[in-house]
Amino acid sequence: MIAEAGLAALWLAASLALLQLALAAIGLAGGKSDLLGAVRPVAVAQGVLTALAFALLITLFLRSDMSVLLVASNSHSMKPWLYKFAGTWGNHEGSMLLWVTVMGVAGSAVALFERALRRDTHMATLGGQAAISLGFYAFLLFASNPFARIDPPAPDGQGLNPLLQDPGLAFHPPTLYLGYVGLSVAFSFAVGALLTRQVDAAFARAMRPWVLGAWILLTLGITAGSYWAYYELGWGGWWFWDPVENASLMPWLAATALLHSVTVLATRDALRAWTVMLAVIAFSMSMVGTFLVRSGILTSVHAFAVDPERGTFILALLGIYIGGALALFGWRVGAVREGAPFELVSRETMLVVNNLLLSVILGLVLVGTLYPLLTEAFGHKVSVGAPYFDRIAGPVALVLMIAMVLGPLTRWRRDRMREVTRRITVPMVAAGLVFLALAVFAWGRIGILPFLGLVIALAVAVGSVAPLWKRNLWRTPLFTWGMVIAHLGCAVSLAGMACDSAFTVEKLVAARPGDRVETAGWTLRFRQILPIAGDNWTALQADMEASRGGGKPVLIHPQSRFFASPPTTTTEAALLTRWDGQLYVVLGQEADEGRWQLRVWWKPFVTLIWFGGFLIALGGALALVGRERRGWLLKWRARKAAENAA
Amino acid sequence: MKAKHQRLVLAVVALVALIGAGLLAASALKDEAAYFYAPYDVKTKGVEPGKAIRLGGMVVKGSLKRASDGVTIRFDVTDGKSTVPASFKGITPDLFREGSGVVAEGAFDAAGTFQATNLLAKHDERYMPRELEGMSYDEKTHKMKVDR
Repeated sequence: MIAEAGLAALWLAASLALLQLALAAIGLAGGKSDLLGAVRPVAVAQGVLTALAFALLITLFLRSDMSVLLVASNSHSMKPWLYKFAGTWGNHEGSMLLWVTVMGVAGSAVALFERALRRDTHMATLGGQAAISLGFYAFLLFASNPFARIDPPAPDGQGLNPLLQDPGLAFHPPTLYLGYVGLSVAFSFAVGALLTRQVDAAFARAMRPWVLGAWILLTLGITAGSYWAYYELGWGGWWFWDPVENASLMPWLAATALLHSVTVLATRDALRAWTVMLAVIAFSMSMVGTFLVRSGILTSVHAFAVDPERGTFILALLGIYIGGALALFGWRVGAVREGAPFELVSRETMLVVNNLLLSVILGLVLVGTLYPLLTEAFGHKVSVGAPYFDRIAGPVALVLMIAMVLGPLTRWRRDRMREVTRRITVPMVAAGLVFLALAVFAWGRIGILPFLGLVIALAVAVGSVAPLWKRNLWRTPLFTWGMVIAHLGCAVSLAGMACDSAFTVEKLVAARPGDRVETAGWTLRFRQILPIAGDNWTALQADMEASRGGGKPVLIHPQSRFFASPPTTTTEAALLTRWDGQLYVVLGQEADEGRWQLRVWWKPFVTLIWFGGFLIALGGALALVGRERRGWLLKWRARKAAENAA
Repeated sequence: MKAKHQRLVLAVVALVALIGAGLLAASALKDEAAYFYAPYDVKTKGVEPGKAIRLGGMVVKGSLKRASDGVTIRFDVTDGKSTVPASFKGITPDLFREGSGVVAEGAFDAAGTFQATNLLAKHDERYMPRELEGMSYDEKTHKMKVDR
């Protein structure tokens, strides 16, 4: 019964989405206020029903109901409950249901909490959200029904891909999806504002919190995903430029650009058409990413089971929504009046530079990701990997980081070159010092990109806190703190990346128990190999003592794990975190005569990469709270004033 | 500057930036994109030493040998028509074994051995590198079948 109830809830939600679209369209076209009044309750009900369907699917997974096809092919009764729970979205149908759930719930949130938007734009936005949701409901109901039954029920499930059996699965995909699909709200806002011709500063102020929220979650999701891949795949890398990773990076790049342009629009009423365009692009990138991931059209290390028919379906959805939004943009952009002009030396210009560079990086990543598809059409099988992305996206990103020093130190509207130069003196001097230090101690030993990365990271770090200079820290607005901390996070992350590629020490040996392995100041004493067993796996585990500089030895246990269902071996790296880096040990196979392959990395300051990511998200959260609180305060004061006057 | 002019200037700058990015991407792709070769392609088309490519095929049974350091392996890759020697230093993927499919990233050395920097094997029972779709190994006859 649970599966049938879930399917019914999904159909009902889809019908409500259709109703929501119809009410909004007819109401707006005919100016019928009573019809428009029903849009918000319908949107809320639609969100509640998708959430219910999702909760029912989770219940089926938790109960290991093997009469449901999806559970039987992706779960197993012997799995720990956390992976039964998180396994709900560790497969195609479940993750698409998560997608529409987020979309429905985001729509309800816009219906319930959006107060700043004009009513007609608000209704048009909800109509737009319903229109996108409909396509994905259709995809779910006609091409990926998660509630399909099998008869007779399977005796037991086939299990979940062991690489996914990790606490990371409980956190990373939902966070990423909240951000990914949260961008649909920005898309709907853009569509709504184009329809009602209301692209102005007030519109931008209404849209900003939604963009910020999605962007924060996307940042967290990508950061968590990167760390997960880093420790789970056992390759010692934190970013592989894999299509699935690019699929999450591209919406982030677009959302980051949007976040900055929406601020220009909200503060200075400039960049109107551009901001709307970016909102369309950001969610389009989410859909492109979903298409790439879900169609299986590109080879990926993050393997998913695939089906070409589904790819065609998503491609059709992509064509309809992106094409439709661009057509609407082309049709209505003439009606968007020019915003306020600005001088060449101004913060607006710096933010335009930010937007252009982010768009260029986005374009480069998109081209590199899609290029294999293009060449395959002509019969060449090609892969585009790290060498391409590092070579071209790296330098542009570094230029972007330099702009990040200048932007916050330039005034809105008009500034003087001499003043800006004076303000960036301190960051420049700091960068110069790092440059000299590196030139003396590490010249020729590290690559040019990591070298520049370290120099620029310090410039950005100093430059990002410079806006706080001579300010009363208590009275500095929270959103200024947000900007400072997010930019500081970029510097921290960049420093981590540069340190990792410049100073990592790697050692690959075959050792037998009793041997010592020495690398980068660490001594590893290989004590023994033991077989051990977990809930649904067995493993060979190495016992090792790691010590540095005669310090107290610490026990570490790299493993090679074997899962029976589905039959797979995974490597569980042993990580030892110190303030100045991470020791990363992988146990390989038995080479010969009792010798075991060991791969040992010492990665100085690698943890800064993810710490920086969290700082960026924290900065976003502070900005969000700061802006919202100021909104409440202003309203509260206005009400007080009105009461006093009366 | 008038608002209208400003908009025009911005549009032109954006266009120039995007065209520049496109050209940059095209030039980098020409150098960095790694083409996929099966051993037969290597024989017929030829690959210059040092050029990064992906080599795909099946690991020939009985060809896998370990060097004395315990971490370097040598093996032959075949597509049924030609065979190429390959070498790899590192920890092999869990499903890498004789008679199973492999995609190796790397370049040929001057002696004609493929020096792999990375091996992609079948991930699990459901996943296989796309390049290997349509290749299979017959256990009885020890022959590769390729239907493309």
